[in-house]
Amino acid sequence: MTVKLTASVLAIAAVSASAAFARDNVQVAGSSTVLPYASIVAEAFGENFDFPTPVVESGGSSAGLKRFCEGVGENTIDIANASRKIKDSEIKACAEAGVTDIIEVRIGYDGIVFASQIDGPAYTSFQPVDIFNGLAAKVVKDGALVENTYKQWADFNADLPAADIAAFIPGTKHGTREVFEEKVLVEGCKEAGAFDLYMAENGGDKKAAGKACFEVRTDGVSVDIDGDYTETLARVDANPNGIGVFGLAFYENNTDTLKVATMGGVAPSTESISTGEYPVSRPLFFYVKKAHIGVIPGLKDYAEFFVSEEIAGSDGPLSEYGLVSDPELEATQTAVADETTMMEGM
Amino acid sequence: MTDASLHTPEPRKKSSLMTVNARTKSRNASETRFRMYGIAAVAAGVFFLVVLLTAILSNGVGAFQQTFITVEVFLDPAKLDKKGGREIENIKKVSTFGYTPLVQQALFDAVEANGIETPLTKRKDMKALISASAAAQVRDYVIANPEQIGETVSFRVLASSRVDGYFKDRVTRTSVARDKNIKPVHLDLVDGLQAAGVIKKQFNIDFIVGADASESRAEQAGMGVSILGSLFMMLVVLGLSLPIGVATSIYLEEFAPQNRWTDVIEVNISNLAAVPSIVFGILGLAVFIQFAHLPQSAPLVGGLVLTLMTLPTIIISTRASLKSVPPSIRDAALGIGASKMQAVFHHVLPLAMPGILTGTIIGVAQALGETAPLLLIGMVGYIATNYPDGIGAGFLDPNSAMPAQIYEWAKRADPAYYERAWGGIIILLVFLLTMNIIAIILRRRFERRW
Repeated sequence: MTVKLTASVLAIAAVSASAAFARDNVQVAGSSTVLPYASIVAEAFGENFDFPTPVVESGGSSAGLKRFCEGVGENTIDIANASRKIKDSEIKACAEAGVTDIIEVRIGYDGIVFASQIDGPAYTSFQPVDIFNGLAAKVVKDGALVENTYKQWADFNADLPAADIAAFIPGTKHGTREVFEEKVLVEGCKEAGAFDLYMAENGGDKKAAGKACFEVRTDGVSVDIDGDYTETLARVDANPNGIGVFGLAFYENNTDTLKVATMGGVAPSTESISTGEYPVSRPLFFYVKKAHIGVIPGLKDYAEFFVSEEIAGSDGPLSEYGLVSDPELEATQTAVADETTMMEGM
Repeated sequence: MTDASLHTPEPRKKSSLMTVNARTKSRNASETRFRMYGIAAVAAGVFFLVVLLTAILSNGVGAFQQTFITVEVFLDPAKLDKKGGREIENIKKVSTFGYTPLVQQALFDAVEANGIETPLTKRKDMKALISASAAAQVRDYVIANPEQIGETVSFRVLASSRVDGYFKDRVTRTSVARDKNIKPVHLDLVDGLQAAGVIKKQFNIDFIVGADASESRAEQAGMGVSILGSLFMMLVVLGLSLPIGVATSIYLEEFAPQNRWTDVIEVNISNLAAVPSIVFGILGLAVFIQFAHLPQSAPLVGGLVLTLMTLPTIIISTRASLKSVPPSIRDAALGIGASKMQAVFHHVLPLAMPGILTGTIIGVAQALGETAPLLLIGMVGYIATNYPDGIGAGFLDPNSAMPAQIYEWAKRADPAYYERAWGGIIILLVFLLTMNIIAIILRRRFERRW
């Protein structure tokens, strides 16, 4: 009986293994920031088209692009979601594996917010320089770089509450960390004058100075979170003074437990981000393998559906969930319709 | 030579068994203490178990109930079939976005018909109350029954996750004040609709049989497809690990010579049982997906990986139960002229079977609850969305598994998913308990002791 069962299982597996090479669903992988939006689109796509619902995996922008660049074929993914632009090194790796025609699609912008416990102190006058002073490894004191020993926010800015500094920032594998470094730390670094000091220290090397600005203190005041926003939320929940870095959409779903901090006097919202008043935001992308269009049923329809006005527009479900819609959406729609690859677009 | 004690005779200590001396006292006391430690340890264990089960039940039971709205939707021919021919192709052209206003209008009419006073005066204001899945539900109905266009049909649609949270005390008026998705006036309206019987909290079978839903529709998500994923994975595990494991054990236990090679194999099997499961996930990714080119996220690959993990457990338990069959049985069989193989298959194996099955069920139950290797072979994400259309597709189409689905839900932003993750744990526990109970029954009824 068991022998028969095994035989039948193997036979079924063998028969359908060949059938699997006629894949009929779109496969997507990549950024966990884009995943919520992609899942919303995939669900609506499955409902409105005769194609099966696309499969969306998470795992991070880098992991997704790596799998995207594995090659062309039905055993590789069709679309990579990314919360940052594809790197030149990745384009090169793609080309080496035979993935030469890549369509880049920008779906909109994502805001990055700082939020604390709902009952915690109110952080209403943050500037990038405050975040830098609170979290950087070295700060400027009397015109010189010294180890950061600030204990409380009020130590360097009397407008901020006298609460212990405790920050939960995304770990280095997250795309969010990059934006945090570039839009907050470097800005603060320049404002505090540390950038110039680093420049002098490195003999005018801008790159090295920028890198030095990214250094965060390692005395336990700033904690890297390698998990998801849910982990950051749990840490903020457990620490009344703690402040965490979240995506705008995540914050908007958890307004009952989180209080948002303003940046430069502006509270984050889809409106303030689209006008550029709120400074910390980044574009979100997905990348399509052109060679798979026409081979995988529904791939182009999915891409077009994703950027259509009723989905990605300012009244669509994505915007409702927290995506800041792209003012140049129409150009993106044409690019997708014409299958304009990155090389042609340049 | 004389004994020294004889020279200095000490007075004999007088003691009685009736009076307890100091040494006995201390021995008795240490035994009492040990018993106390034991009871304390058991009590601590039971305490944690109770805390765990209460937490699971109190957090998860809510997921089995869902808030529904009953609305009478007028299937407007002017919107759904502009050309009027009732041709399915034309009807399909209207997307769910075209159906949303109809459902909103239906709820708006229900508010007016029941005479509920509300400052909300627009059809669009009803959006916060209704799940986005309602439009898809109506569209599916219309495509299946195009002749119903022009009629008014009653639908039981899902309420949005915020309204559902209000019914389950997750969403309160204070928390709503800061929520941009729903306003306190909506909650007043919900109170009115509840009094009128339009909104009700009911048992939700779709949580058990339904498919996964996107981030914005927590109210629609269900475990059904991932339960199927787990089922197909367990079929692979059972179909491969039982015969391989039993054959290995029988050979090693009954036929193999005792030499250095078999020793090495034995040690390695024991080592394999202690390897962390994530290692099997990496192995599966490298061997089955990247080298053998099996499809990503397929239950077949998940089953293969879990087979590797379950094999050592099955081999060890099978060997233990083969060992427990007394040698006299083998000797008797051999003595009346049976061949070695006949002795094993006709006498030893049947007697060891209950033990083997128990070990297998426990091994499979362990595999059922395993998440770590599935992370690496792409079974976590927005995946369990399509029911497999056939047995082959069940093995090869992308799917998730129960523990992976729970992990995925726990990560999502909407707090409504948090409740569903706990609910998913209840379903998983029910499966695990059932399997363990079957194992216990098998052991009780069939196992023989010598």
